[in-house]
Amino acid sequence: MPTKDYNWQLKGSLRIVKELLFWAAGIWLFIYCWNIISARTMWPFVYDGAEQAAKLVGRMFPPNWPYFIELLRPIWDTITIATLGTMAAIIFSLFVAFLAAENTSPHPILRQLALLIIVTSRSVSSLIWAIILVIILGPGVLAGIIAISFRSIGFVSKLLYESIEEIDKNQVEAVEATGASKFSTLIYSVVPQVFPSFVGTAVYRWDINIRESTVVGLVGAGGIGLQLNEAILGLKWPDAIIIFMMILSLVLFSELFSAKIRKTLI
Amino acid sequence: MLTESKKEYSWHPPHLIKSKNKRLLIYIMIAAYLIFTFISLRIDPERVLLGLSRSQKYFGDFFRPDFISRWDSILDGILESLTMTYIATVFGVIISIPFAFGAAENISPKPIYYLSRAVIVISRSFQEVVIAIFFVVVIGFGPMAGVLTLSFSSIGFLAKLLAEEIEDIDWTQVEAVKATGASWPQLMIYSVFPQIIPRFIGLAVYRLDINFRASAVIGVVGAGGIGTTLNAAFDRYEFDSASAILIVMIAIVLLGELFSSFIRKKLK
Repeated sequence: MPTKDYNWQLKGSLRIVKELLFWAAGIWLFIYCWNIISARTMWPFVYDGAEQAAKLVGRMFPPNWPYFIELLRPIWDTITIATLGTMAAIIFSLFVAFLAAENTSPHPILRQLALLIIVTSRSVSSLIWAIILVIILGPGVLAGIIAISFRSIGFVSKLLYESIEEIDKNQVEAVEATGASKFSTLIYSVVPQVFPSFVGTAVYRWDINIRESTVVGLVGAGGIGLQLNEAILGLKWPDAIIIFMMILSLVLFSELFSAKIRKTLI
Repeated sequence: MLTESKKEYSWHPPHLIKSKNKRLLIYIMIAAYLIFTFISLRIDPERVLLGLSRSQKYFGDFFRPDFISRWDSILDGILESLTMTYIATVFGVIISIPFAFGAAENISPKPIYYLSRAVIVISRSFQEVVIAIFFVVVIGFGPMAGVLTLSFSSIGFLAKLLAEEIEDIDWTQVEAVKATGASWPQLMIYSVFPQIIPRFIGLAVYRLDINFRASAVIGVVGAGGIGTTLNAAFDRYEFDSASAILIVMIAIVLLGELFSSFIRKKLK
């Protein structure tokens, strides 16, 4: 009986060839892209970067601590933008998600429309919405709130409609069998099933929005970004470091807060 | 024995928060917060009305996207954005791996764990635009600042989610490989990697998508990409060109989404 010497390999040889080709293509693309970027870069500035960064940090010290008091109002505005923006987005998302989910959508055309809203909202970031809205509504918190909510509608609706599509059909049928109207069916069978994941999504989005609302001020849409822009354009680095510290603590706080809420609710 | 109940029963769905007083308190707090914020909004109704009447012209332009007159700079901006996105994602993926292993509680010693977590927190806390401002100041305008920005913010994102994945791995597989006498690198390659790779590829593709979208905004502060073109269009009040840029971006994001769902299906 011939005995074959078995040698275990993680991958078959065809797969190895395929993977090698894949890697080669990836590396070629990387070099191609790198050349484009490199041609558009002032390399002396980049070599100088570390030194410049050190100087920049040096200029931030000593921080202008009293400036902290002036930032309380912008911080409050930032939180307001994130909170109200998220709330507005949630209200809209309920409708959009209901139209976008395959099993609850009343009509295929409405479904496509809802999907279009979702993709548009997701592709354009809040800063761009903010630029547009500042032109229309003028600078201020309102433009920021609407910008944040436009960006969030896509995110919240997408996650919500995906969870609506994954619900347990038996429960819907059970409620329908009691003779419930369409609306009651939605309230008593669909909503309870998607509620926990929906709250999780909403709180998570609020957390992201805190981060986003720190920058909408750069284009005039309210919040701490306004002060950041002022500090950087005016080269007031001792002020800028206070702003950075405020942003960092605000974001950390919001992350802890949203983690706690998600833990208690789910 | 049957007992007759005189009370009429009606069913209510159970409340989320059981205690009645606590529920009331939370409602009052939410209402108070909302009232207070609405007072603090300081909306200028005249300005809004003025803007709304003016915006009709802008909206008109938005619905007549003009791809032609700025097509060269749109194409150039998109190309720059795509190259920035790819380079930054590759850098982000490579650099995030050591941080992910460092930030996984189950395989990393405590000092390294805290160090990696600190890097992740800083990278995640600042919005891309804020990081871009820093890099533009340090190395000047152009796509290189954008590449550094996107790489830096990819590290936090990828390392955090990958670390969570490593923390969730099936430990029996690690022990099985350990029992063969494998060294530490072998242990990682044959027991940890196979468990996290599908998720890691998924995350990298997802990050590619995020980086492309972010590349459109960091241009606003001078870090290259389509954002520079877009910002120029807004500054010149060329809303028809701006609308064309946004449409091209949405199309690319859509294509990217199809691509990533294709990859994720293949991985399953």
